[in-house]
Amino acid sequence: MNTLEYKKPLPPITEQSRPFWQATRERRLQLPRCDHCGTFHTYFEPWCSQCGGEGVHWETLSGRGRIWANCRFHKHYFPGFDGPYNVAMVELEEGPRIMTNIVGTAHGTLDEIPIGMAVQAVFEDVNDTVTLVKFQPVEAPQP
Amino acid sequence: MSLTSNRKDSVAVVGVGTTKWGAMPEHDATSLGIWALREAAEDAGIRLQDIDGLICQRLTDYQKFVQVTNITPKLVTATPGAGRMTGGTIQLAVQAILSGLLDTVAVVYGNDGRSAGAKYGGKGDSYGTGADQMWFPYGMTSPGAVHSMLFQRHAHLYHSTIEQLGTVSLTFRQHATLNPEAVMRKPITMDDYLASRFICEPLRLLDYCLINDGGVALILTAGDRAKDLKQKPVYVRGIAQQSRLAQGELPEDFGYAAMQRASKTVHEMAEVGRDDVDALMIYDNFTPIVLFALEGFGYAPRGEGGAFVQSGALALGGRYPTNTNGGHLSESYMQGWNLQAEAVRQLRGGLGARQVPGAETVQYLQGGPLCTSIIYGTEAA
Ligand SMILES: [Zn+2]
Repeated sequence: MNTLEYKKPLPPITEQSRPFWQATRERRLQLPRCDHCGTFHTYFEPWCSQCGGEGVHWETLSGRGRIWANCRFHKHYFPGFDGPYNVAMVELEEGPRIMTNIVGTAHGTLDEIPIGMAVQAVFEDVNDTVTLVKFQPVEAPQP
Repeated sequence: MSLTSNRKDSVAVVGVGTTKWGAMPEHDATSLGIWALREAAEDAGIRLQDIDGLICQRLTDYQKFVQVTNITPKLVTATPGAGRMTGGTIQLAVQAILSGLLDTVAVVYGNDGRSAGAKYGGKGDSYGTGADQMWFPYGMTSPGAVHSMLFQRHAHLYHSTIEQLGTVSLTFRQHATLNPEAVMRKPITMDDYLASRFICEPLRLLDYCLINDGGVALILTAGDRAKDLKQKPVYVRGIAQQSRLAQGELPEDFGYAAMQRASKTVHEMAEVGRDDVDALMIYDNFTPIVLFALEGFGYAPRGEGGAFVQSGALALGGRYPTNTNGGHLSESYMQGWNLQAEAVRQLRGGLGARQVPGAETVQYLQGGPLCTSIIYGTEAA
């Protein structure tokens, strides 16, 4: 994809978030995990909101999860979006929830991506440095 | 646990002032606040110079405010311009009076959001912890989208329906038709609601509040002083807040536990129960939060906020007439402040077709994330 044509917001990669974005380049979903209580963080700060501990390590997750909430934007607040698009919060198998887009459905409508649907991470290179983690429905039933 | 401490008869609202609502590009937020405060002082029958505490919300230019009004408070402060801060701002005023620190406090709100082009959603939006990292790249932004997602959860868990949201919108619009000051007074039907365009599906234009310019001021004083003033005092019988700023900003319980705690505190403080409440004012930036607040503050069983709305309970003539001015959805989005003004005016009486007959107790409910409730009454606690 040509970088010049990508108009959607890009994450400002910081010292704290760099491992997340490095991993997505390698087609892995990894999140910081509290050294003390083991809570996964979906924010990039050195402190834990659960136990107050300081210090995290990074762990790779399965990339499997289920849709926890969804919506579909018709009004656009950012450049680069064309027509209605969905946003979903996915609850990962390991517990944390992250925002994403659900891809790989016919129209991206809400009835195609119901809450509870099993999804799997896919990785979308948007330019030379950023790869976003999105999710698509898992065809096979979950065990 | 009565609210009374070292001040007799607790705290009362003795003045209320509001500007017009709409597009008023000739005013900035500070000037709208000054307009509202002048109205409130006139209403209370006091001089601006009698005010010894000033708490501004949203309007941040307290300096210009004090210079132009020439008041000389013992305490001046300003709170951030988010609607969730409204209850806490009033709480500060109440506490300052109860402690004996201040006698007469003005809480003043000015909002030039419409003329200044305030944006809720997009690059500067504050919803979402680290949103630029984990939300914006996916196009996720805005408080409206957060409420859209929360409603989807609620519908998934409890089978709440779009028509229930529509009923919230229609009910408050019906009330607005009786309020000459409301911005949106044209009656709407369920067909109109269902035909209105999606903003963030499943929420539509008619699920969203109305951004406008305006100002509101309340003047509060100790109950023993209130009796000598021009208006019938409206007492703050209870006020409570419980914050729940969930990580990721999508609380999995819709803020229920936090609202339950605030609810318990406010009723104990006020010494009145829900059965004693005559009308409700519910923070309605988006329709789903009305359902969440009804459940969290115990007016509807868990998961049944939508059914409660559909029963007609919130309509004038229903058990708990709600947002009798039209609320944020149809009067104007004044971030909780026009709901305080309406609560006070209902308790004074004389609102014509939208008056709740014999109203003696009105409760304000604010759902997440800073869950707040205020119980106003015609009698001191
Ligand atoms: Zn921890």
